Amino acid sequence: MIYREAGDFKTSYSADQQTFPIGFDRWTVRVVVIFAFLVVPFLINDYWEKSILLPFLIWSLAALGLNILTGYCGQLSLGTGGFMAVGAYACYKLTTMFPEVNILFVVLLAGVVTALVGILFGLPSLRIKGFYLAVATLAAQFFLVWLFNKVPWFYNYSASGQINMPEREVLGFIVSGANAEPWATYLFTLLFVLVFAVIARNLTRGRLGRSWMAIRDMDIAAEIIGVPPLQAKLSAFAISSFYIGLAGALFFGVYLGAVEPTEAFGIDKSFLVLFMIIIGGLGSIAGSFIGAAFMVLLPVLFKNIMVGDFGWPTDTVQHFIFMLVGGLIMFFLIVEPHGLAQLWRITKEKLRLWPFPH
Amino acid sequence: MKLKQLTAVTLAATVALGGGVVSADLTFPSLSYRTGPYAPNGIPFADGYADYFTLLNERDGGIGGEKINFIECETGYNTEKGVECYESTKGQGSLVYQPLSTGITYQLIPKVTADNIPMHSMGYGRTSAANGRVFSHIFNFPGTYWDAASIIVKYILDEEGGDISGKSLALVYHNSAYGKEPIRTLQELSKKHGYNLTLLAVDHPGQEQKSQWLQIRRERPDYVLMWGWGVMNQVAIQEAANIRYPMDHFIGVWWSASENDVIPAGEGANGYKAINFHGVGSDYPLYNDLKKYVVDAGKAAGDGNYLGTVLYNRGIYAAVLASEAARTAQEIHGVSDITPAQMRDGMEALKVDQARMAELGLPNFGPDINVTCASHGGPGEAAIQQWDAASKSWTRITGFSGADREVVDALIAEDSAAYATENKITARDC
Repeated sequence: MIYREAGDFKTSYSADQQTFPIGFDRWTVRVVVIFAFLVVPFLINDYWEKSILLPFLIWSLAALGLNILTGYCGQLSLGTGGFMAVGAYACYKLTTMFPEVNILFVVLLAGVVTALVGILFGLPSLRIKGFYLAVATLAAQFFLVWLFNKVPWFYNYSASGQINMPEREVLGFIVSGANAEPWATYLFTLLFVLVFAVIARNLTRGRLGRSWMAIRDMDIAAEIIGVPPLQAKLSAFAISSFYIGLAGALFFGVYLGAVEPTEAFGIDKSFLVLFMIIIGGLGSIAGSFIGAAFMVLLPVLFKNIMVGDFGWPTDTVQHFIFMLVGGLIMFFLIVEPHGLAQLWRITKEKLRLWPFPH
Repeated sequence: MKLKQLTAVTLAATVALGGGVVSADLTFPSLSYRTGPYAPNGIPFADGYADYFTLLNERDGGIGGEKINFIECETGYNTEKGVECYESTKGQGSLVYQPLSTGITYQLIPKVTADNIPMHSMGYGRTSAANGRVFSHIFNFPGTYWDAASIIVKYILDEEGGDISGKSLALVYHNSAYGKEPIRTLQELSKKHGYNLTLLAVDHPGQEQKSQWLQIRRERPDYVLMWGWGVMNQVAIQEAANIRYPMDHFIGVWWSASENDVIPAGEGANGYKAINFHGVGSDYPLYNDLKKYVVDAGKAAGDGNYLGTVLYNRGIYAAVLASEAARTAQEIHGVSDITPAQMRDGMEALKVDQARMAELGLPNFGPDINVTCASHGGPGEAAIQQWDAASKSWTRITGFSGADREVVDALIAEDSAAYATENKITARDC
């Protein structure tokens, strides 16, 4: 009834091109954003911040980044963990070298550094594709983690090779380190995620996004109609790495505060993000968020129910969660190979036609 | 679907949080790992830790008349899960954290300090936390990695008749914060004693070590030291046996010193040495009580098979020290239901001598412990033990001895000062 284009008159071109053509969607998104910015900060505590909201937001950002590269441009990458490490180490080096620079800019610069590294490792994509490219990016993953372990300059010659985030402020509010208030770190992260999700959405609807999709769907045809593959592929690598670098910087700086490369940015992180976008939906902004929620929050949810409410032994629960999450992944991929975002899309289609589907 | 999930997450987490009411009991959380690549080592420790608290509840009715509320949370040796565990248990009045992971320890050092909860990283974690002036809430008695490195080098000195200049030592280490800890100490000591040091990193989880051991086979270092954990230990010892490296010249840190590590290599592991800071075997009076009240009563955390193994004993020891600290805190503050802040005071004033250990049923189990405000690292004493493959048992071959304090203390002062400047901490007066 309420989910209709009918009656929602567009009187200008810009209104006609808006992201959410349906009034109900627009209002839902507005309410969610207002709720996230104005209500959640008052309700949030340490547990919600560190175990649920920050991981969800940061992994969403990483998934967005990989979705630009893999979902929109069709370049399979297994280097996400390595690129996140670049973001984290760039953030660490920049903020310890220039402590007076606002952390906001440090995080953005960390993204830029990662973008440059991303372009470097994107170069092979001009010659190889598919699984071969995946192996080339896999090399990036291992090389970068090895590099951050090997060269003491990156971790400021600390005895353990760990990097620790010093305390940093934005507008007088501490956003990193142990003394940061939960709402401050949350809002800081949310700001990045919201702004860059909007940018990603609009990028993918514009000329650049269309050129990525053209390359993804058939690169030779795209080249013939005038899409330059060099530009399209490298820009996808750069922008994707920028997002992943941001996620890495926030992951280290705001969420964990101390990381070591092998454990925090290992190959399993690359797979985790890849699974997020496959389950959430390749080539979908909403899919990145749904996928991140699925992979990050579901295990926590199951753990809370099984250990907290049922009181089962922790190891049994852990094994059970492995099976349950694995089973759910298979279930959803069989039911909808295009990911959870596609389910949502189908639901929307049905809602539009409801209650007269024929 | 999305909405349903969101509401479900909301509901479940709210429910889980709602359960976190501060109870009148003494809460001891255990961030254990019974799954993942480090589970073979995590399980016996977690069992020992849990069983001792069960024993106190069953036999004595808790500590000082207060029942113990023991909560376990699975970390899988994973930092993010460790943080989740910490955040979900700290609201329940947790008295002391023992994450049994150097990575998680690093993660929690600033957090516990801000939340005013003590953390005991017993023989792991950040070594310079031994400086109590800077690290007010972190304790790592009875010994640190740097103590271990120094004691091992001293042992080698003794073996070689006091001169090891020109000898070569190789360190096979887990390529993580944990494994890298001893490097600086070993480098400092090499300047002092004139040995050559080769560093061989092994990446997580450590199943692949062919190239490292090929290098050892080629260079034949006089001694091989190991900082390993989990499956890495077993593989290293097997590889050493394969290249016929003399096992009595292969010395592991206390985390590479359990039965799990040597048994897979069978006969080949005979003679392997490791450093340890507590007793092994179940030949202590305490174990009679453990059998009677915990294992035979069917209340053991595991199936009771691990009793007397190295890591089980270490779990027991960790629990003994934690409960003694709680007792000390109760005495200092004159209340039985202590808070985490009071627990911290108890840990800082902890004194456990041999008489007390004998009372607890663990005579000659570990060194004397005397924690002060300035020194959270304890005595820094340990002994060398050797594996006998025929009888499948460890034998202590040296007495407890201390580290080269001159070298180690200087390094601790330097590293903790760096931490203090980085984090703008003013050192406490004491």
